Amino acid sequence: MSSGLYSMQTKDFDKTLDLSKVKPYGDTINDGKVQLSFTLPVPSGPEAVEAAKQLLKQMGFENPQVVFYKELTPGFTFFNCYGSTVHTVNYSDIHVPKVESQVMSMEETDGFIRENIGRPLVVIGASTGTDAHTVGIDAIMNMKGYAGHYGLERYEMIEAHNLGSQVPNEEFVAKAIELKADVLLVSQTVTSKDVHIKNMVELVELLEAEGIRDKVILICGGPRITHELAQELGYDAGFGMNSYADDVASFIAQEFVRRNNKVNNYQK
Amino acid sequence: MQSKLGLNFKRVEYARQIAKSIADDVQNFVSNYTTIAVERTLCRLLGIDGVDSNQVPLPNVVTDELKSKGVLSHGAVFYIANAMVNTSLNPQEIAERIADGTLDITKLNVVSYEERMKAIEPLIKASIEKIKSNRAKREQYIQTLGEGSKPYLYVIVATGNIYEDVVQAEAAARQGADIIAVIRTTGQSLLDYVPYGATTEGFGGTYATQENFRIMRKALDKVGEEIGRYIRLCNYCSGLCMPEIAVMGAFEGLDVMLNDALYGILFRDINMQRTLIDQYFSRAINGFAGVIINTGEDNYLTTADAYEEAHTVLASDFINEQLASLAGIPEEQMGLGHAFEMDPELTNGFLYELAQAQMTREIFPNAPLKYMPPTKYMTGNIFKGHVQDALFNIIGIWTHQGIQLLGMLTEAIHTPFMSDRYLSIENAKYIFNNMRNIGDEIIFKEGGIVRNRANQVLEGAISLLESIDHEGLFSALEKGIFADVKRPRNGGKGLDGVVEKGHNYINPFIEIMKGGKR
Repeated sequence: MSSGLYSMQTKDFDKTLDLSKVKPYGDTINDGKVQLSFTLPVPSGPEAVEAAKQLLKQMGFENPQVVFYKELTPGFTFFNCYGSTVHTVNYSDIHVPKVESQVMSMEETDGFIRENIGRPLVVIGASTGTDAHTVGIDAIMNMKGYAGHYGLERYEMIEAHNLGSQVPNEEFVAKAIELKADVLLVSQTVTSKDVHIKNMVELVELLEAEGIRDKVILICGGPRITHELAQELGYDAGFGMNSYADDVASFIAQEFVRRNNKVNNYQK
Repeated sequence: MQSKLGLNFKRVEYARQIAKSIADDVQNFVSNYTTIAVERTLCRLLGIDGVDSNQVPLPNVVTDELKSKGVLSHGAVFYIANAMVNTSLNPQEIAERIADGTLDITKLNVVSYEERMKAIEPLIKASIEKIKSNRAKREQYIQTLGEGSKPYLYVIVATGNIYEDVVQAEAAARQGADIIAVIRTTGQSLLDYVPYGATTEGFGGTYATQENFRIMRKALDKVGEEIGRYIRLCNYCSGLCMPEIAVMGAFEGLDVMLNDALYGILFRDINMQRTLIDQYFSRAINGFAGVIINTGEDNYLTTADAYEEAHTVLASDFINEQLASLAGIPEEQMGLGHAFEMDPELTNGFLYELAQAQMTREIFPNAPLKYMPPTKYMTGNIFKGHVQDALFNIIGIWTHQGIQLLGMLTEAIHTPFMSDRYLSIENAKYIFNNMRNIGDEIIFKEGGIVRNRANQVLEGAISLLESIDHEGLFSALEKGIFADVKRPRNGGKGLDGVVEKGHNYINPFIEIMKGGKR
């Protein structure tokens, strides 16, 4: 399929970087190169390839190339494609809400809590609802931690309770009250059909009904969670991919102080 | 057998003896108890099926009735057999009358043991014959159509809609898959009933129901005939309905079942007494039905560190082997689990994985070992993920694994697309063919990394087994010996469904199934 190792295509476009009109980069600024793969529910053949190319054009790709295709099962054809997109984005104009805290090491966070709060913070975490995955909450909470970042259980100034998976929201709230939790961590891994959204909203509603929403720092995390989504759903922070216990602990400590320095949530 | 690793088989034998002692101790407990799930299973074996007007499965109606009357300890078979003699109704009619409140089976005259047994005798025979004929049908298919060579290629389908699952499964079979596992909807393991009928809505998977089993079995038989290879069907005999799922699978010709003795306790917080009782009957059924059980040790490594905790996987394999053996499962049906889950950043990680896979192969030579692909360190970088899966496939063919659970490059992103499965099968077939006999060509050097690692893991497993034997399994689980998870003996879900067997109690199936009248 390939037309040879070297691209002989002339590059008669402006090759200077303009952050107000950013395009994908293959090997030349503004070449707009994108690779993508998809399956069409049609049999293999010249018509299938043409269908893929037409689709690429509609997606805004110039010079669409189907470099590989294969019928996966009768009536379904898989494509690997390249194209140059005509679209651009204004990078200079982008603003993404982020968790506002300075990331500290475990020792620094412990010191910060000792100094500014004077008692261990009680943190409870769970994979709530029907979600059976513990990988996220374990990465943040387990003593051993994940990828070289120790988990909250190892922090001297954090009393961490990992309730595991498939914890119903009602049970989670009851446990929060029982343990006088300062911080609630909700992990959501399964996001098919937006099951996590419904579940996370339900938790906020329950906390409000119990009158403790404002007394706790409510945090969610998971591979498909963003801080922006978290805030939309009424959470204080959201941690997505590549977040570790240090990020969460730093935020918890600083947010707690920001909110109510030395005020006791439950009049313990 | 000549060990390529220099394993000391006397130490292996010693480990096996300790594991047997641990399993015997568990069995002493199990023999005296039953659970509401076991009783529902017996209802199904007597022919009770369907739901009442509120969609409650009739086996639940019967056992809930016995439980609410406080007589579950005498068991469903006793009451149903007794009611059959008293009323001349069949079990299904009896269940329907309990559902509409017109019959109280706990208030009938108790007839003699002989009369009761005579009433249920034909029903026992019918169920046993049904399971036997499914087994014979599978064996017939394998003889006439043939089957894929080992390692079997195992892929999952998980659309939530059984009819969509069929499309995905047929495609996977045509591409070369040998085993299709229909992932269950998230949360099903905690349901204390099995939903009824064909289902089209699920989250991250599809409900396990008897009708869904039937639909998929039929589709796989059809595609198997088309491509000339028998395609095995796998589901999940775990959670609060272990034995019930086993019997539904046996009725519908399933071939492989996830069926771990400890998984539910550790990862679903199901009460340990409940699970250990349930696993026994579920495994007796699976053994009799010719079903390969898969154990879930690989999951330990998703929470605990794969390098440091490798010995817990081996120790658990030994325990699972002995518990399975007590339930009558032959070695050829023991798909003991292990995994390729080390941090890819680890220097020589491949050698450690190779050592462990070869060690597991040599320790359980007849078991169709189930080898799990990387999941914990799959990051969303699909390109690297595909390479991680390739390394995993190399070890699979090298060390003669039995069942290769194919890794997907999109692991950690979504349940597999049709194209993900294709790429994954292509990856495995390429490597399995290209490196077919590498294992026969290579032995490992004395005093080298691979031999040392294997022996280190074996010795670690032996120390762990010794301490579990000393503690007892229940107490060891309370102390968090596996996967860093601690579970209280009287905590977790499903404990209220556990009862000590009463003097009328009878389970006529277990001895027939274990007795090997095959």
